[in-house]
Formats: sequence, structure tokens, C-alpha cells
Amino acid sequence: MPGARRIGFFVLVAALLVFPFADRNNSHVDFLANAGAFILLALGLNIVVGFAGLLDLGYAAFFAIGSYSYAMLASQQFGLHVPFWLMLLVAPVIAAIFGVLLGAPTLRLRGDYLAIVTLGFGEIVPQTFLNLAQFTNGPNGISSLDQPSLFGRPFGFSATPYYYVLLGLIALGILIARNLQNSRLGRAWMAIREDELAARHMGINTTTTKLAAFALGASFSGLAGVAYAAKLDLVSPDQFQFNVSVLVLSMLVLGGMGNIWGVIVGSFILSFVNSFLLPQSTTLAHAAGFANVDFTNYRFMLYGVILVAMMLFRPEGLIPSRQRAAEFHEALTDAPVAAQEQAEYEGPPR
Amino acid sequence: MPLLELDSVRKSFGGLVAVKDVSFAIEAGTIAAMIGPNGAGKSTVFNLITGIYVPEGGTIAFEGRKLGGLRTHRIAALGIARTFQNIRLFAFMSAVDNVLAGRHARMHATMFDSLVHTPRQRAEERAGRERARELLRFVDLERHAGDYARNLPYGSQRRLEIARALASDPKLLLLDEPAAGMNPREKEELIALIVRIRDLGVTVFLIEHDMALVMNVSERVTVLDYGEKIAEGAPADVRRDERVIEAYLGRPDVA
Repeated sequence: MPGARRIGFFVLVAALLVFPFADRNNSHVDFLANAGAFILLALGLNIVVGFAGLLDLGYAAFFAIGSYSYAMLASQQFGLHVPFWLMLLVAPVIAAIFGVLLGAPTLRLRGDYLAIVTLGFGEIVPQTFLNLAQFTNGPNGISSLDQPSLFGRPFGFSATPYYYVLLGLIALGILIARNLQNSRLGRAWMAIREDELAARHMGINTTTTKLAAFALGASFSGLAGVAYAAKLDLVSPDQFQFNVSVLVLSMLVLGGMGNIWGVIVGSFILSFVNSFLLPQSTTLAHAAGFANVDFTNYRFMLYGVILVAMMLFRPEGLIPSRQRAAEFHEALTDAPVAAQEQAEYEGPPR
Repeated sequence: MPLLELDSVRKSFGGLVAVKDVSFAIEAGTIAAMIGPNGAGKSTVFNLITGIYVPEGGTIAFEGRKLGGLRTHRIAALGIARTFQNIRLFAFMSAVDNVLAGRHARMHATMFDSLVHTPRQRAEERAGRERARELLRFVDLERHAGDYARNLPYGSQRRLEIARALASDPKLLLLDEPAAGMNPREKEELIALIVRIRDLGVTVFLIEHDMALVMNVSERVTVLDYGEKIAEGAPADVRRDERVIEAYLGRPDVA
């Protein structure tokens, strides 16, 4: 990282750490904590879609599995009370197992066909939680989940402890995603994304490599699910509908598919619009006397406009995945960066 | 024992027999070529060798080991690398990452290693990058190491594909029309490169339309026409073979 960016990074981290003390408005911290869960989801989906190029339209299914794991294993539901911190280890494993189970049948599919099948899984999973009423209370969901506690002190109803948990999880997620990106496995994913047939000729076992992407991608949503469920104190099937999958995918498209920082920025912007800007402006409009206005109803129209505008004007996202050339300074001088900036996202391999 | 041996290999698509009981052998340390008119089945032979297709009959043996049914990535790991007729680089990866991806079979980092960057993974990564650099230098692309593959000029892309193939330390390198679209100067450089590759101890087997290049560089030529082997031998003999001339120019009384 160059000097200026490094300083900026540390300022950002420091600001994030002191934020709950500086801004005592719990609703702001609450918003950031929720946004954090979605950043974690976006980082996970980025592994599947951004790195490996496997278009997954049912990612919310794994979010559901993570959330329900916590709800079933840490509540009165079955009288099981696995500690929150242990669940942060267990739930990603459960989600990863389902990632493999749901990924396995799709291995031979590509592009549109893969998208349709994952879309199906995204529908099946919440439906299953809805219908298994004897375990999940059906549409009512599971409530009164165990409250996490640290050193014997319960988290309580403040969003602040969750904020810090999610901050830590995001830091971990960034570290893992970066490590993966610069590794044998990460290169294998990208090779499959770019040209699956050529990847096989490089000795890459596309079967296990794709399954690894599904498993690791799902494990992120396992983490997000546990934190989100504990914070909300409620899990119900309607939290994991198709629109959640679309929202997370939109975050990737907005920020820049494949780029970790881009994905985080895209995720934050959409969360901000979704949970802050639209409700706040509605409140303002009501205060100004426009009682019938509800901007939150225009949420999906706004996503649509953003997606279309991005595809037209900046298909690579706000912060596109840039060539990693820090160690190749001499190459940088004659690198045709401008040409690459215009590069269009070409989608999964043919 | 030949390095690669095809024995009555057969493959058809629907009613069309693309490769008809073809047999030939390639000796280690040589440069061999396969020629033939368009649609003669040359690329299909490559796809059979690398396990993209499974032969319907006959056997393919590499170092005496039968490849029948092995999946492509396993065959690649045995030491057979290839390039493609239409360049198939990893477009949105840097040149050096393309080469590193080509080294996949020779690297051993597990999922866990990749997740946490263990010391073992770091050491392997360093060595891999070093080797990738060497290979880029070998094909004269070192200064493009950080560029996206898609941003390289055409001739450089062809050379990058060769570097990527060499990254797996192959014993046999299959080149599918490496000179396609090259100008005369680039072709000369390519001939020199192919010879240098052979001198590294890598056996080269190429498909090529450019007769001058084939005659210049290869020690042994196999000619296919309509999926059948119609001639085989030293370049000078093959070019005088009547069936070969007929396949390329047509029968005199018909023309």
C-alpha cells in the first residue's frame, strides 16, 4: 500500500473503532452493524461470483442456513445453548457443507443454467424452513435467541457489541479474501472464471476447485447469519427471500466484481440507501407535510436504475479489480491501464 | 519406448468419423508435426491426447502408461501441456498470473495453505513467481509481467500461451497452429523459440498449416486427411508423397 493510502486506511480503521463512542445515536450504530452483515455476505458472494465466476442467484439460502443454525442451536427451541462464539466456528462449517451439497449438482452447469439452478436453491431453502414447522415454527420463525456475552457480560439491546463483532468478522473476511486471491486456489478460481477448458489443461481439477468456492463463499454467510440472527433476536423465512440474493449481487455489481474494496464500498452504499437514506428522507417528507410519500417503496426501482446505469456507464464497477502490479514497477510504466479501465466484464466462460 | 504412442485411435461425432484408426509415435526429445487440410482431424487428435475426448477405439500411451479415461487435469499433471488454435489465455489475469496458473499442477498449496498463507505456501509462491519470471524472460515477455493478458499484442499472446504451457514443466508440449496469424519475422522468432524449447528437453508436437515452418523445424511429420493418416516420415519425403500432394492440391484429373 502506498503511503497516502496507508494513512487513509488507518484513519478509517480508527474512525470505525471510535464511532460508537463519538456518535451515541444507537440507530446509527445499529445501521452500521446491519450494513456490516451485508458486507460480510458480499465478501462471501464475491468469492463465488467475483473470483470463480459462478453466477449464484440463491446466495441468501446460505445466509438462511447460518441464521437458522444459530436459532436452532442457541435458543429455547430445542433447549440447546451453544455459545455464540462457538457458533461463529460451527455455523460457517455447516454453511460450507451445504455449499458443497448445493454446489455439487451444479458443477456441469455454466452461465445462465447455473444461475437458474442456484435461483431454485434460493427458493427451496427458505421454503423448507417455512414448511418444517415442527422444527422452525414455520412463518413465525424462531425468537428469543440466546444473547451473546463476553466475559460474563451479556450484549444487551445495544447494537454496539454487535458492531464490534461484525467489524472484527469483516477484518477477518478481508484478510481471508485477500489471502485467497493471491494463492494457488484463488488463481485456479480465476482461471476457471476466464476459461474453464484452458483451466483444466493447466491441471486444475475444476470439480473440487468449484466446490471449494461454493464452500468458502457459503462459510462467510454462515458467519453473517449468526451475527445477524443474534442481533435481531429473531429468525424467520421471509428474511431470506430472493430479494436478499439480488441485493447482495447488486452490491457486487455496483462496487466492482472481484475487487475486495470495491465490493465493500458497493455493499455499504446500497445498505446506506436501503436502510438509511430512503427511510430518513421519507421521515423528512412526512415532516414537510407530504404524508403519502414513502420512498422505501421505490427501493427496487432504485436498484434497477443503479444496475442499468452501471452496466451502461461503468460495467466494471466503482472500484474495478485492477491489475496487481505493485511488484512490477517497471511493467507499470508501459502498462496500458486506460485500455483495461474500459474493459467490459465478459461474464462466465463460454 | 516412444514418449507418446497412439495405436488405432478412433473418434467419431455422430456419423462423421473425425479420427479413423490413427497410429503414430513420437520419440522423446524430438520436434514432430502433424499437418493436413482443414477438417482433417488434427485438433481432434490433440483433444484425444489431452482427454477432452475419450477415444472410441485404440489406445493412447504416454511414457508407456495408457491414458484411456483419465481426466484432462490428470493428464496435464502427467506432463502434457498445450496451447490452443484460438488463443485461450486467462484474459483478465496478468501475464505472470497466467503463467502461475499454468504451474498449478506443480504447486502443492492446499486450501488451508491458501487461506492462511502458511510459511510453506509463501515459499512455494516465491519460488513459483521466480520460475514464472524466468519463463516470461524465456519468451521475451518479462516487461509485460504485470499486464493483463488481453492487453498484449497478438504475437505476445501466442508466446504467453507457450510460457503458460511450459510452466507445468511438461515432457510433451502440444502446439496447435502456433504460427497462425504471425508475420514472417514473428514466424522466424517462433521457429527459434520452438528449437530452444526442444533444447530444454521438452518434446514438441505441433499442428501447423505453414509448410515452410513445418519443413524447417520438424524432424518427423504425420499427415492426416479426412481423419486418416495418409503419410508419415521425414519432412522432405512427406512433401514428395503423392497422396499428400493430392490431399492438398486435389487430384489432377479432377481439377
